[in-house]
Amino acid sequence: MKEPSEKPKFEGLSTEEIQEINAEIAHYEDKSAVSIEALKIVQKHRGWVSDDCLIAAAGILDMSPAQLEAVATFYNLIYRQPVGKTVIHYCNSVTCWMLGAEKVREHLCRELNVKLGEMSEDGAYTLLPIVCLGACDHAPVLMVGDELRLDVTEDTVSEILGR
Amino acid sequence: MAIIEIDGNHYEAPEGQSLLSVCLSFGLNLPYFCWHPAMGSVGACRQCAIIQYHNAEDKKGRLVMACMTPVADAMRISIDDNQARRFRRENIELLMINHPHDCPVCEEGGECHLQDMTVMSGHTVRRYRGQKRTHANQYLGPFINHEMNRCIACYRCVRFYDDYAGGKDLQVFGMHNNVYFGRFDEGALENEFSGNLVEVCPTGVFTDRTFSARYARKWDLQTAPSICIHCGLGCNTAPGERYGQLRRIVNRYNGDVNGYFLCDRGRFGYDFVNSSERIRKPLLDNRTEITQQAAEQHFRTLFQTAKGVIGIGSPRASLEANFALRALVGEENFFPGFNDTEQTLLSTIFTLLRNGGIHTPSLREVEQADAVLILGEDVTHSAPRLALSLRQSARNAAFELARRMKILPWQDAAVRELKTQTQSPVFIASARATRLDDIATNIFHGSPEDIARLGFVIAHCLDNQAPAPESMSDAEKALATTIAAELKQAKCPLVVSGTSCSSLAVIQAAYNIAKALPSKDKQLTFAVPECNSLGLAIMRGGRLQQAFERINEGLADSVIILENDLYRRAPSQKVDLFLNSAAHVVVIDSLENETAKHAELLLPAATFAESEGTLVNNEVRAQRYFPVYAATEPVHGSWQWLTGAMENPEWHHHDGLTAACADAFPDLAAIEQVAPGADYRFKGSKIPRQPDRYSGRTAMFANINVREPPPPQDLETPFSFSMEGVTAQVPPALLPVIRAPGWNSNQAINQFEEGVEGHLRGGDAGIRLIEASGTLPWFNDIPPAFKAEQGQWRIVLLPHIFGSEELSLHSPPIAERQPGHYALLNPLDAQALGAKNGDQMEISDSTEAPVITLPVQIEKTLPRGLLGLTGVLPKNLQMNNSDHVTLKKVAEETENHPEIYL
Amino acid sequence: MEKMDKPLTKNIRPDLAFATVADYESTGGYQGLRKAIRELQPKEVQQWVKDSGLRGRGGAGFSTGLKWSLVPMSDSANDSPHPNRYVIVNADEMEPGTFKDRLLMEKDPHQLIEGIILTAYAIQAGAAYIFLRGEYHLAAQRLDNALLEAQSKGYLGEHILNSEFNLKIYLHTSAGRYICGEETALINALEGKRANPRAKPPHPVVSGLWGKPTVVNNVETLCNVPHILNYGVQWFKELALGADTGTKLFGASGRVKRPGLWELPMGIPIREIIEEHAGGMQDGYKLRGFLPGGASTDFLLPEHLDVAADFEAVAQAGSRLGTGTMVILDDQTCPVQMVLNLEEFFAQESCGWCTPCRDGLPWTVTLLRDIINGRGRIEDLDILAGLVRMMGPGNTFCALAPGAMEPLQSALKYFREDFERYMVGNKLLEAD
Ligand SMILES: Cc1cc2nc3c(=O)[nH]c(=O)nc-3n(C[C@H](O)[C@H](O)[C@H](O)COP(=O)(O)O)c2cc1C
Ligand code: SF4
Ligand code: FES
Repeated sequence: MKEPSEKPKFEGLSTEEIQEINAEIAHYEDKSAVSIEALKIVQKHRGWVSDDCLIAAAGILDMSPAQLEAVATFYNLIYRQPVGKTVIHYCNSVTCWMLGAEKVREHLCRELNVKLGEMSEDGAYTLLPIVCLGACDHAPVLMVGDELRLDVTEDTVSEILGR
Repeated sequence: MAIIEIDGNHYEAPEGQSLLSVCLSFGLNLPYFCWHPAMGSVGACRQCAIIQYHNAEDKKGRLVMACMTPVADAMRISIDDNQARRFRRENIELLMINHPHDCPVCEEGGECHLQDMTVMSGHTVRRYRGQKRTHANQYLGPFINHEMNRCIACYRCVRFYDDYAGGKDLQVFGMHNNVYFGRFDEGALENEFSGNLVEVCPTGVFTDRTFSARYARKWDLQTAPSICIHCGLGCNTAPGERYGQLRRIVNRYNGDVNGYFLCDRGRFGYDFVNSSERIRKPLLDNRTEITQQAAEQHFRTLFQTAKGVIGIGSPRASLEANFALRALVGEENFFPGFNDTEQTLLSTIFTLLRNGGIHTPSLREVEQADAVLILGEDVTHSAPRLALSLRQSARNAAFELARRMKILPWQDAAVRELKTQTQSPVFIASARATRLDDIATNIFHGSPEDIARLGFVIAHCLDNQAPAPESMSDAEKALATTIAAELKQAKCPLVVSGTSCSSLAVIQAAYNIAKALPSKDKQLTFAVPECNSLGLAIMRGGRLQQAFERINEGLADSVIILENDLYRRAPSQKVDLFLNSAAHVVVIDSLENETAKHAELLLPAATFAESEGTLVNNEVRAQRYFPVYAATEPVHGSWQWLTGAMENPEWHHHDGLTAACADAFPDLAAIEQVAPGADYRFKGSKIPRQPDRYSGRTAMFANINVREPPPPQDLETPFSFSMEGVTAQVPPALLPVIRAPGWNSNQAINQFEEGVEGHLRGGDAGIRLIEASGTLPWFNDIPPAFKAEQGQWRIVLLPHIFGSEELSLHSPPIAERQPGHYALLNPLDAQALGAKNGDQMEISDSTEAPVITLPVQIEKTLPRGLLGLTGVLPKNLQMNNSDHVTLKKVAEETENHPEIYL
Repeated sequence: MEKMDKPLTKNIRPDLAFATVADYESTGGYQGLRKAIRELQPKEVQQWVKDSGLRGRGGAGFSTGLKWSLVPMSDSANDSPHPNRYVIVNADEMEPGTFKDRLLMEKDPHQLIEGIILTAYAIQAGAAYIFLRGEYHLAAQRLDNALLEAQSKGYLGEHILNSEFNLKIYLHTSAGRYICGEETALINALEGKRANPRAKPPHPVVSGLWGKPTVVNNVETLCNVPHILNYGVQWFKELALGADTGTKLFGASGRVKRPGLWELPMGIPIREIIEEHAGGMQDGYKLRGFLPGGASTDFLLPEHLDVAADFEAVAQAGSRLGTGTMVILDDQTCPVQMVLNLEEFFAQESCGWCTPCRDGLPWTVTLLRDIINGRGRIEDLDILAGLVRMMGPGNTFCALAPGAMEPLQSALKYFREDFERYMVGNKLLEAD
């Protein structure tokens, strides 16, 4: 399943990543409790978690790759595939749905020329659905990177995308 | 005991047990999936729903999961209630939404728990109209197929593989209705007990790959109760045959021994029976095939002309075959056929088990131990199924904690969620890392001497009467003190040792420790290498070296060798000399091997699958195996070849031979009672080996001859090669096939046990021959500490589940998993030799003659001065534990494969 | 200065971006903690909270003080190396339609922190975890800062307020999945495992995080605790209008004029929330029904507007107060499609552990989609009703699936004609 040699050789996790993971270990009774945090740390640095990174992180936590993958594939905020520089999450839960989330999504798909779940060609954005973002009084809602965007209209979308 | 009411009937049940397990042992039909008798309850599948009433007046009740509900006195429940039935039916309907309905092409068909439960629950009409979710499958190695679409997500596979067997490479991925049970990437399952997935999975996701290659339905297999012959533990198996071919092995429940599980060697090692290397015809001078009559004639003539015949028996052959040989050649001319060191070890072990006064546990008892010390064994590789039991024993502290917190032991998830660290102590002393290290509290790595010394120190810490080495390091002392303290506290401590180190001192140290333990319920067990090692230790006889001398010195000129490749027992020069010096060599064996090549007369022996016999396992339990199918003439059971040459007509039948053997050895007196004899009848018939649905009997050989051949007669056992006969009253321990009305899968075993996970009704198979009594004095022969000598290395042979046993290696799937050949070195030793991983290392014997070149593997857990050897050594090459060798790194350009100089 | 009738939100002011430790202290912050640590034994704190009648704001409404009192307190010392007991804050807020905890954490993080310290004191826990949903980045930032502030002020860490009591609070940000809000699934998630729920018993108060007694409480629940200790039990009881006690954050979203969140007395009539605080329906829309407390509560109808917003009254009316944040269904939104949206959420968020939920919810979705796309059959409504029955309370492993069935069950009851309308169209099509 591995790609041929074009892929750059994996050099292991960075010292920074390893330090951050080790720092978390002190907060829990056992190492494997850090599994989710470790994946999130890798993701913070690299945008997503490749097989190589997952295997390396598993090594630090005394877990097998399969054990860590079992955790990784449960949680939707762990990306096991490359994503764009900025991930746009559009809320598809009930209030947003009622108040026009579909329109926002269609607009985003058109503007980015992607289907839901895909990365834009320039690698700038990935569009993903997300469950209720806890801002239903300002539906529809987007999360752009780490930032919550409220009362979203087509105009806001254009503003976000800088177009 | 509590009285509970189930659908108006009253039953007595143990308070606090799970309702599901008691309903099943009452023979009530209550479907389930996620529950497993050995793994307890998690309540995931929701299939075992019943109605529980609040009190006597309550009419409505409420739905509960039987597996999660403890039995309480005066409890009222209903299995039959419509609401419960509807729930169970609809639950199966949901499970089946994505199931492919591919029963006709599924290997599980006909013994599928999902099929059984679907029929039992009454779900017959499909209402779902949507698409099915599909999955990709993975290649999981030579043992196991993967067909994920059949998965019903009961989570049993991972609960067995991870939680129970300590595997790490099979996991569940994804979530919601897209859960996937598999590996991170394709490749062979790493755990040594992966084969149990076949039986643990209630549907056809994990099936036996060796069986699919020559598949037949369960009801079309002819089966007989059997005993695994691939190590000394004697797990009970049920091999299945069709068209004269052995097609698979499944577990046969024995409440004392293997319970529900086998190791992969035992399950997949059977294919040697079908091997093209089988000896199928008598052979003269390794060239000329002769008829059975000619062979018998030749055999008898040899006796008349020989100037002294000796017999070399075999620890992998039955008591009866060995006894027949012994009777034929005379007691003083019989040799059990052990390697000489091993003979010393085994006779010591037998003495300890018999006269040492310390109980040796069954595997079930091993699971009760609350502190374990393993002295010198990598149990997973030397006695695999024992390792699985030891892994369970480590959980006793968690059970104890659970008990204090009022969590019932079968509440599997709840017990496992208790403090992760809570574990009974397990200490391991071995040459290097072992497969049980993940449950070890403390680990010691050392040479056999140092392991023995540690043992003596522990014994001394426990009881200062026990001799201690004159000097010991502080580290040794500290570790021994810790271990002794834990063992001392334990209610039921267990010392495990065995023959792997080839060290008498290790075995004696193990005894000293056990003797020194204060607990009444202490236990001592030994891993022994072969399926009848202890049987032959009981039979006794001269050493192989003495046998050699008899011939070499002209005291005898003929030898009969029974199922024994002497090249695995002694250095090849010695065996060569011996075989060449003998005027006549008769070999009786089933597979070609080096010794067989030297036979003047080679007689084709039946394997365990085509013959009967009694074996004695490591706890001195005698067990009988029976032929699964009749050997094809002129192949015969070894005992038949041997008795054929005798005068005494009583011994021409197996029962007579067993009886004579029992008479000859007081310690074997009970072997006659191990199983009924050939005269067993129920309602006039013997026990049928074929299930009542066995199909095609009249047509099976119609392509050859339209006349239906008469079924072979079995004159030797209580079984018939037929489907006629009643099995309802047969004691479960004798049932070839486990099946009950509505229960076609192996899960039907619930209906044959005294309480779930209990003993079989009417008793488990086998009889314990002896119970330890008396006591023995302290052993005080303490070896000096091992000192690595400059320029010399000591060999440590590293056993392997898929490499150390002779017969299973002839099974291609096992051979595929055998370890590579490596020379293992401590990193510092490797550095000193200028070697890195993969470099070729030339190994020379004490005379400086190079014997083999192997690639180096650096093993940081191996102590300095030792040379670990993995893999199957080339035929002809005899290297023993503790042999001294010298090493030389070979210049780079040498080819990258082992080179033998012999 | 103190808004005594709105204790939870008094620091949430237009003139403050968020309450710093100084802001918080200036309105009586950390006074409850001072009082408790100086004057009250842990058991007494438990008793106060029990007496206050505080019920969990995470949805189930279990008595908070009672929960704490079930924690075995025998081995009291938090001997090394690990704590003997834990507090976990459930800040996983992910129930569609719910948006209250985010506000509390973003705007007044110290209120929560004081609540945690008091809870930990009450059960003598050595460590607490805030289990925060991963998407709440701003809340994470503010909590992080606030924890440092509290530490430097001596409210946290060793010898809190010069007492013998020590506490560490860790912020754990999660990686998604609604099921993590279920308290036992949350514990598994915190242990770094897949977030399947655990069987009860044993309850977390007996065997929770790493097998230790563990109290799990919702953010809003804990935010009430400092005030109960500061102003007293009687005061807390009097805040409410009906049988329950204290105030509650109520919210409304959907086609109302002023969607939002308000701190109001427990027991306030629902009509007041929807018509006054939310300003009633937007022009041109009529109220068709509403989910009173998030996605997993049964629909109520306009006829239920006068029901009091407290646990008992809403239950009497056939639904649940849940999280108190209402989702309004207007007359131009199809209830069947709304239910489909909800069920898609639940099917996607099912953890995959137990059969009815894992396989029943996707089937529910398929059936609803079929119906909406004109492929439904009238007997599908029976199948749906059967699925509602199957996934009823107690039948599945945890409460996710029963929660998922609540809106469907009530929609089948109240909006049956909307389902049937799709079938009629279907029949006509077939007749063509
Ligand atoms: C599927 C599911 C999701 C839940 N999600 C949350 C949640 O996000 N936040 C929360 O506080 N409680 C949630 N709960 C309730 C918790 O299980 C638990 O009852 C609560 O955290 C207890 O706190 P409280 O007593 O303070 O309300 C959820 C329950 C279920 C069954
Ligand atoms: S109801 Fe069952 S499958 Fe659904 S979330 Fe709960 S445990 Fe998981
Ligand atoms: S067997 Fe009881 S829920 Fe699975």
